Formats: sequence, structure tokens, C-alpha cells
Amino acid sequence: MTTPTTKGGFLAVFFSTFYSKRAKPLIHFLSMLIMTFIGLLMLTFVIGRMMPTDPVIAVIGDKAPEELYEKTYKEMGLDKPIVVQFVYYLGGVLQGDLGTSVRTANLVTEDILNYFPATLELATLATIFGVLLGVPIGVLAAVKQNKWPDYLVRFFGLIGHSAPIFWLAMMGIVLFYQHLDWVAAPEGRLSVMYEYTLPKVTNMVLIDTMLAGDWDAFKDAFAHIILPASLLSYYSIAYLSRMTRSFMLDQLKQEYVITARVKGVSETAIIWRHALGNAWVPLITVIALTYATLLEGSVLTEIVFSWPGLGRYITDGLLAADMNAVLGGTIVVGLVFILLNLTSDLLYKVFDPRAR
Amino acid sequence: MKVLFNKARRLAGMTGLIFALSSGAAVAATPKDALVVGWQFDDIITLDTAEVFEFSGAEITGNTYDRLIGYDPEDVSKIFGVAAESWTVSDDGKTFTFKMRKGIKFASGNEMTAEDAAFSLQRAIVLNKSPAFILSQFGFSADNVKDMIKAVDADTLTITTDKAYAPTFVLYCLTATIASIVDKTEVMKHEVDGDMGFAWLRTNYAGSGPYKIEQWKPSEIVVLSANKDYWGGAPAMKNIFIRHIGESSVQQLLLEKGDIDIARNLETEQLKSVDGNKDIKLLKKGKGSLYYLSMNLKDPILAKPQVQEALKYLVDYKGLEDTVWAGRGQVQQAFLPKGFLGALEEQPFSLNVEKAKGLLAEAGYPDGFEIEMIVRNAPIRIDTAKSMQTTFAKAGIKVKLIPMDGKQVLTVYRARKHQLFFGAWGPDYQDPHTNADTFAKNLDNGDNAKSKPVAWRNAYAPEQMTKDTLAAVLESDAGKRAKMYLAIQKAHQQQAPFAFIMQEQEVAGLRANVEGYVLGPSFDSNSYKDVVKK
Amino acid sequence: MTELKSWLLAENPDSRAQASLGRAYLGWRRFFCNPLAMIGFVIVTALLLMAIFAPYIAPEGITSGLTGAELKEHRFQPPSAEHWFGTDGQANDIFSRIVMGSRITLIIVGIVIFTAPILGFIIGTVSGYFGGWIDVVLMRITDVFLAFPKLVLALALAAALGRGLESAIFAIAITSWPAYARLARAETLTIRKTDYLAAARLQGAGHWRLISGHIMPLCLSSLIVRVTLDMAGIILTAAGLGFLGLGAQPPTPEWGAMIAEGRDYILSYWWLATFPGLAIFVVALGFNFLGDGLRDVLDPKSGGQH
Repeated sequence: MTTPTTKGGFLAVFFSTFYSKRAKPLIHFLSMLIMTFIGLLMLTFVIGRMMPTDPVIAVIGDKAPEELYEKTYKEMGLDKPIVVQFVYYLGGVLQGDLGTSVRTANLVTEDILNYFPATLELATLATIFGVLLGVPIGVLAAVKQNKWPDYLVRFFGLIGHSAPIFWLAMMGIVLFYQHLDWVAAPEGRLSVMYEYTLPKVTNMVLIDTMLAGDWDAFKDAFAHIILPASLLSYYSIAYLSRMTRSFMLDQLKQEYVITARVKGVSETAIIWRHALGNAWVPLITVIALTYATLLEGSVLTEIVFSWPGLGRYITDGLLAADMNAVLGGTIVVGLVFILLNLTSDLLYKVFDPRAR
Repeated sequence: MKVLFNKARRLAGMTGLIFALSSGAAVAATPKDALVVGWQFDDIITLDTAEVFEFSGAEITGNTYDRLIGYDPEDVSKIFGVAAESWTVSDDGKTFTFKMRKGIKFASGNEMTAEDAAFSLQRAIVLNKSPAFILSQFGFSADNVKDMIKAVDADTLTITTDKAYAPTFVLYCLTATIASIVDKTEVMKHEVDGDMGFAWLRTNYAGSGPYKIEQWKPSEIVVLSANKDYWGGAPAMKNIFIRHIGESSVQQLLLEKGDIDIARNLETEQLKSVDGNKDIKLLKKGKGSLYYLSMNLKDPILAKPQVQEALKYLVDYKGLEDTVWAGRGQVQQAFLPKGFLGALEEQPFSLNVEKAKGLLAEAGYPDGFEIEMIVRNAPIRIDTAKSMQTTFAKAGIKVKLIPMDGKQVLTVYRARKHQLFFGAWGPDYQDPHTNADTFAKNLDNGDNAKSKPVAWRNAYAPEQMTKDTLAAVLESDAGKRAKMYLAIQKAHQQQAPFAFIMQEQEVAGLRANVEGYVLGPSFDSNSYKDVVKK
Repeated sequence: MTELKSWLLAENPDSRAQASLGRAYLGWRRFFCNPLAMIGFVIVTALLLMAIFAPYIAPEGITSGLTGAELKEHRFQPPSAEHWFGTDGQANDIFSRIVMGSRITLIIVGIVIFTAPILGFIIGTVSGYFGGWIDVVLMRITDVFLAFPKLVLALALAAALGRGLESAIFAIAITSWPAYARLARAETLTIRKTDYLAAARLQGAGHWRLISGHIMPLCLSSLIVRVTLDMAGIILTAAGLGFLGLGAQPPTPEWGAMIAEGRDYILSYWWLATFPGLAIFVVALGFNFLGDGLRDVLDPKSGGQH
């Protein structure tokens, strides 16, 4: 197996090597999860306090008189030692209270329920595209190893890892929106009329428009998501095709393939049924990790497309000294990342014949 | 080989299908009875008129609440009644009596009375949020406000100030957002722990203006709907959708495509490129915001008067007006913006490297020096700062630019930890005192001062000017008062560590069929009330 | 010549030197037969030369210094014979800025690859070698950094430390080391139990001697491959930070920041954002090709499978 190039790969490898040795893997995993989680909180909290922006100014603005400043400073608990502040915050988190966002005047938990689905939707679609395109071309590259399709796939993959996504997005907008008119404006998830009228159930607009049975709105949502999702998927296509190729090559060398060939099984069946059938097992792990990477890696795409996702929520909060928002957002992303790693690992164990 | 080709074709077909499916929805004009606006409104943090102090928030509440009085956006000296039909000032100049207009209804259906007006002003003082000083400077406090501001009967409101101020000063302050009239019954219905409905009103609406606030999603969308019962007649647009679009180039794109009707944040070069487009027209209005360079006197180099003067001669005023600010600003070198009572329009400074070099040599820096400049990370500010970086270098001054986010700049500025600061100041109301108060008055230059005006932030403490500023606010004769401000500005222009550079002009790009949109001199006077689509 | 070749490729080399030279020769040949790796090699060499001779190549330096009417006339000029890539709002020559900017890119990459991998390497080998609570503590810290969204962490750090090139470099280094720590730990775990190490231990070698003399050299080749492959990622992260305004500050010609500047003008003056973007793309591609080729040479069990 190729050295995994997502950082998640290491986490997964680590998890599997670590807790398979233990008698009570679940308990061990949970304790590890909690420790990592608290560490994550501490790191975020410290960075938050290091920010050279005065959180009081974020609340009361620049022109407020001094007495109001003092009052707000105390109200926000900023006069207490940082350890005490952290303990208070941790206490809140344990009760499901992430505080109120300065920027949006909403509870952070509410905000996350609003913003996270947008990121989830984008990353999910990008992953689906990635699997639908990346796996077949990876198989193709393996079958035509060292012939020009193989080189083409490798070349295409390396390009995917080389272009700055925000730049690609800008160029994409100019080409597909301004000149060709194929996609909708980079204004968010929906045209403004639908944005206001659509009943929000899951907060994922593709699903909500379908639930509402409003096909015009669905088309509108699709026209908005297609370009950012395609761009984001380029990364996953490039990565998945590369990994598929590598797994397939491993399989095609196996004895059962040779045996099958001798038995006269058709080449198509060997490739698609037997080899890919086995290559799926490690591939699932890789797909889950790609998904995790996309979930947290969509920040720049969200910014260029005005996408109201969690990445932008955290970034905007960061720049506005909205620490509750940043902390809350980071917790969710970190947690999702850890959980996806766990899931990929469990899937691996379930599907891997050797593990059964 | 052939198989591969087929696969490629199938792939291309699939991609084509995806795009074909999406392309139908891509071209969509805005509806006839709704206005779609693209704007950067990520500064809104509240909708409570007692707390709103941001440009965007002020514009939203300006369109959705009524105030006692208003002014003509074309000529701010014309003050007229809005929720008040008329008013009188007592002979001692301290008591203002307002007669309320009849038949104004809040969105809840409640009738507006003098009691609502009194409650709104009292509430602003008691809550004491950031903009509260606009009212409390007349001597109101949580303890006395119930006596100073009261509803005599359902139609009559009296306001009594502690001193006899220039009457226009008082009146202009009553046109500010903080003086908006909220629905007392509705607000108090949502009171929690004696907060006068503050927690609720931050994200809700209780007003009587031409539009109602339907929805606010921070940094995403604001939806306004027409108030059919508005006393001045129902507006033509059923809905106004204001969408947050952070990127000005995207705003331009959407405007050109007709996906939005108004683009509010076009940058200089974008204005140039949409100028020739027959589907788009530009609406311009001089705002009160001034862009200035300030020098912190705590820095030993900048404390030298010759250095201050030299820097004033090292700004390329004309060049900036023609390039970075083309169509978006005009040179103004005094602390009052043009259009204000007593604004000084003389422009003694221009780029003069030789003169500046002479002054620097006199100050003991013939070869210049190195200095840091903090500036907010916004295109026009950065571009202006870059121009100063270039011109300062001609006299040997090496400027290190430190762009920061808005609040970060303010954190440093407020702590007096900068050397050079380039930024903007927007007047809080239409009276000259708002700027004189911050630029020319500093009662206590100590580090723990009670009040920290802009003069304090640059450690500038002019005694005489402070006295003159305090005197000017009590002068009731407008002509005399204007002369007083002219004198203060002249002295300020020469002595103060401030180089005023540009007065902003707001420009909105409108689709050709949009009419009746009004840009006022301040953000709370930008109005959607009369917008129609042809 | 043929003699040398047959000596290098001898099936039974006479000496250690001959064997390792032979291996190097094979690797060298494999590297040069890979067209993509060669393209990468050429691009990276060109970048190095460009950075070294930047002041001689760039005709106009990073700023034009123009003011007033001259500025008005020369700003936003489209690409021409005089200005190959056009000019920006301060009438600066974009080609010159991109050439000068190659130094910034190299500085960022250079500092990051000589800090993050080394830090990660030390933490990883120490963690893997000692095991026990040292391992638990170090790996928990690594986990925290891994679970943190990478770009957000870099963004937060760069913002917290104040905008500037130094902060950006620090932020990228801090977000990159955990991956190397994992890699080094995994490799160390496989080596730790080998007979060869046990023998060294019996000879009385101390912990640090074992780690630095025996374990680290063995992990080195996979680390080098990994670092080369990561260089493109470092360039892209740096560009992303610059794009968000958190990297080098004006008038420093950092490529990501140049794209951000051009973003406002993308519809009117396409060249402002297009050329810096292409520059990042070409350089990142060069490093990716090179890394890919190196992987084939140094780590033949994966990747190319020649």
C-alpha cells in the first residue's frame, strides 16, 4: 500500500495498530477521544486569547465610552485568570452550551446547525463525484499500467494537487458563470427568492428542495452547488484515482487473478468483479479519509463562492474576534474528523476478509 | 483503445448533462415587485435601535423605524417632522416640546403615542449601549431621564436638556438611529429580567417605518417587506432582499448579469468598467466619512512639529483623487466634511517632496526614518496606504505597512500603540460637534482617561481648542457658530497631528430600470422607500 | 564507458562502495527515464535560478515608485512587449513582481522543510523508540494538532501572531510537523524490534546513540520522499494564507497575496490574478512531478511500480 498522503491516513493506521492490541478497544478509544478533544479545546482557547483583537471592542464597537468598556470587560469574565475562563468554558461545553456568537447574536449551537449542513452538502457531493470518476479512471490506469492512459491519469492527478483551489475557483467563475452561463452566480446556495421561501428542514438545500417538491428551486440549488462541488471534487478525484490504481495493481498481481485467467474468466470480469471487488476494502478507508479532508478543507472554496459553510463561519469569526464561534466551529470539525477516522477504521475491519 | 474512447465520450456526455441540467436555472432576472441588493453587511451585530451603531445596521433600521424628526438628504439644514408633526423650543433654550403625528401604526397594529417616543429615548439611556452618548451628552442619565424626557399626554412629548445647547445640535442628535421609536407594548411583552426587551429586539423588530424587517441572517441575508399601512403611503416594492456579497467583483458580475438590482460595494476600477454599460447606472452621494492619517505623539519622531508638517506635504492628494479614489472621493483637508455647518474648504497641502525634505532636515532627519503604519485590510485603504508608502519613500521615510482586520486596528489604536494610523471617521449625527468633539477636544491625556476621543488616541491635547470646542456647542446663533468652527479647523489643520486626505463619496451601481433609490449623507439616510422598477 | 556501466551493474559487486554506487546509478537512470520527473526537475531548477538571479531578470523591481499623472498613465496596463504580464494598480510590473516573488516562495518552502520535518522526525522517533507514557503523551499532542483543521489552525496562528511572512511560515511549520511525527513513529516501531538494533544495544549503545545513529538514518529515505511530495502542499498553503491577507504584506510580491489583489479586478484586468496563479500552479506542479519521480527512485515498492 502506498504511503497515505492525507494526514488522516496516519491517524487511521495509528488507531488500528493501537487499539487492536487492547482488550477493551472501545473504552480505550473513548478515553483517547476525550483527551484529544480537551487538548483541541485548550489549543483553540489559547490561540483565541493570543489574538491581538480586543473581544470587548468586538461587542461594543469602537466609539463606546470607557465606563461601558470596563463594564463589558467584567461581564465577559475577561478580568479572571485564563485558567478560570477555560474551566468555565469547559463546564459550558459539557452541558452543551457553546455560548453566544458576538457576530451573529445567536447561540453558537444554533449557528452550527445552520452552517454545518452547507459544508456537509458540498463535501458529500464532491466525494460522490470523486468516487464516481476517480475509481473508474484509477482502474483504467492500473489496467493500462505504464501506457499512455496511465501517464495521463497520473499527470491529471498531479495537476489536481498543484493548482491553488481559490484561483481555480475564480477562473471557473469567470468561465462558467460570466462567459458560458452554465452555472449560477457565486452568491451562496440559492437564488435570493428561494433562499427566503424554502422551508428549511435539514438545512441541506438539495434535500430540502426535494422534500418541498419544488423542482425549480432544486434546479436553482443544483446550479449553485455544481461548480464549487466539481472544483472541490477535483482534489478527491486526483487522490482516489491514484489510490485505486495502486490497490488494483496489488490485486492484479495476486495468484487468484492468474488462476482466474487460466480458467478462462473474461478480462472484464477479472478486473471489475474480482480485482476491484477486493480493492474496495482498503478503498473505503481512503474514501472516508478524503471525505474528512474535504469537510475541513473547503474553507477557501466557501470563501470564493460566498458559501455559508462552517469553514467560513470559523474564518469570519476568527477575523471578528468572535471566539465562541471559532471554538464551537473547531470542536465540531475536529470531532467529525476524529469520528470519520474511527468509522473508516471500523469499516475496514468489517469488510476486510483477513480481519474477520 | 476504442473502449477507452467510448468511455471518454460517455464521460463527456455525463458532464454535459450535469451542466445542461443546471444551466436552465442560471439565467434568472429579479422579480418585478422585489428589489435585490448586493451589499457587504457583515458588520451588523444587532437590530436593537438602542445598540445599533454600525453603518449597515443604521441603514436597515433607518428604513424600518421612524424617528421624531428627519432631514432632507439633499440639504441637511432642512429639518422636518416625521413621527412628530411639529415642535417648539422654550425661551431658555432647554425645553423641546414635540407634537406627535396622528395615525402612525406599528407593525403590531398598536397606535404610536408620545409614550412610545418617551419610552424609546429613556430605554436608550437606561440600556446605555455604545451609541447612548449621543443622547446622554445632553445631561440625561438612568436616574433623571424619566423626568427630563416625558410624555405630557398621548400627543405631546417634552425633552429638557441640562444646558442651553445650539438647538440644531439637539435636533440633529434626535435624527440619529438611537432616537428611533420602538413599540413600547410589543417590546415590553418580551422583557426578560428587566432587560427592557433588549435580548429580544436584538434579532427582532418593533417599528413603524416604510419597511418591516422580516429576517436577518448575519452575513447572509436581510429581508424587508413593505409596510402597507405606512403613514406616508405604502412603498412600491413588496420585498427587499439584501444579500451579503463580500466580494466586490462578484457584486459587479451579478449586477451585469441582472441577478441583483443594486450593487453597493463597487471598487474604483469596477465603477470604471461598468460605466459604459447601458444596463447600469451609477448613483453617487458625498458622505460624511473622512479618511485621515494620524500620527501618535507618544512616538518621539512624530512628536516633532516639523515631521508632522512634512508628512502632510508627502501625501499625493491629487494623484489619489485621480486614481485610487477616482469617482469615490474628494480631497478634504479639515476635520469637518463638506456639507457640514462651518466646514473649512481650504486645501493648503499638496505633494511637495522638496519642502518636506527641508522640514525633515530641520527636525533632524535629513535622511528620513523608518516607521510603521497600521491600516485596515480593505482595498481602498490599502491602496491609499501603498501610495503613501511610495511618496514617503521619496523623502527617505521607509513605511512598513501593517494591514489588519478592522477590529484589530481599533484595538491597537485605542491602546495608543501605533505610530502612524490610516483610517476613517464617520460623523455620528449631522452636527459639527460630532467631529470637533473627537478631533479637537481632549480633557484628559492620561492613560486611564474616562473618555478616549481620537485626539486622545494620538496623545494630542490642545488646551485652547478644547475650550473653543466646548464653547461652540453652546452658541445658538448659527452664523457665529460656523465662524467658531472655521477658526478651530484652521488651527487644527496647521497644528494637529492629523492629515485629512479624502472625503468619501458613496457610489451604488443600479440596473437601469431601478428608480427612486436615495443615497443620503449618512448611512441611516439611505432610503429604499421610493424605489420603483420600470 | 560500457565498462563502467557493467561495473556499476555487476550482479555480484566486489565492495560496498560498488554496490551503493550501482544502486545510485540505477536510481539515477530510473529518474531520468521518467519524463514527468524530468519536467519537474527542470521546473524546480528554473525556479532556483530565477530566485538566485531575480534582481537581474526582473526589469523593474517590485515597485514602480510612480505618482500623480505618471501613475495614472501606467497603471493597469495589459500585457505588452514592455510589460510581459501587464501592470497593477500601483503601475508595478507584474512580471518583475512574480520573478522577485519566487524568492519569497523559496524562503517559505526552505524554512518549513528544514523545521517541520525535523521536529516531527525527532518527536516521532523518540515516541516510537521509548514507547510507554512518553509515546502516549507525545502522540496525544500530535493527535490534537491532526484533528485541528489544518488551514484554520494556520489561519488562527498567523492571525494571532500578527500578519507577516514570519507568522505565516511559523503557522505552516506548526501545522505540518504532526504528519512527519506519525511517519517517523511508524517506521521506528518496525525497526525497533529488529535483531540489528538489539545487537547494537548489546554492544552498549545508549538511547540517543541508537536513535540518532541507527534509527534516524533508516527512516530518512521515506522522509525525504514525503517532504518532496509535501512541498507543493506547503506552497499552496502559503498561497492560501497570502490570499486571505495573512502572509507577506505589501509591497512584498507574495504570489497568493497578488492573486488576492487581482481578485477585485478579475473582470476588468484579468492579468492581475491570472499570472501569479499560473506561477503557483507551475511551481507546485514542478515539485509534485519531482516528488513523484523521487518516490519511484527511493521508495520503489509504491507509486510508479516500474
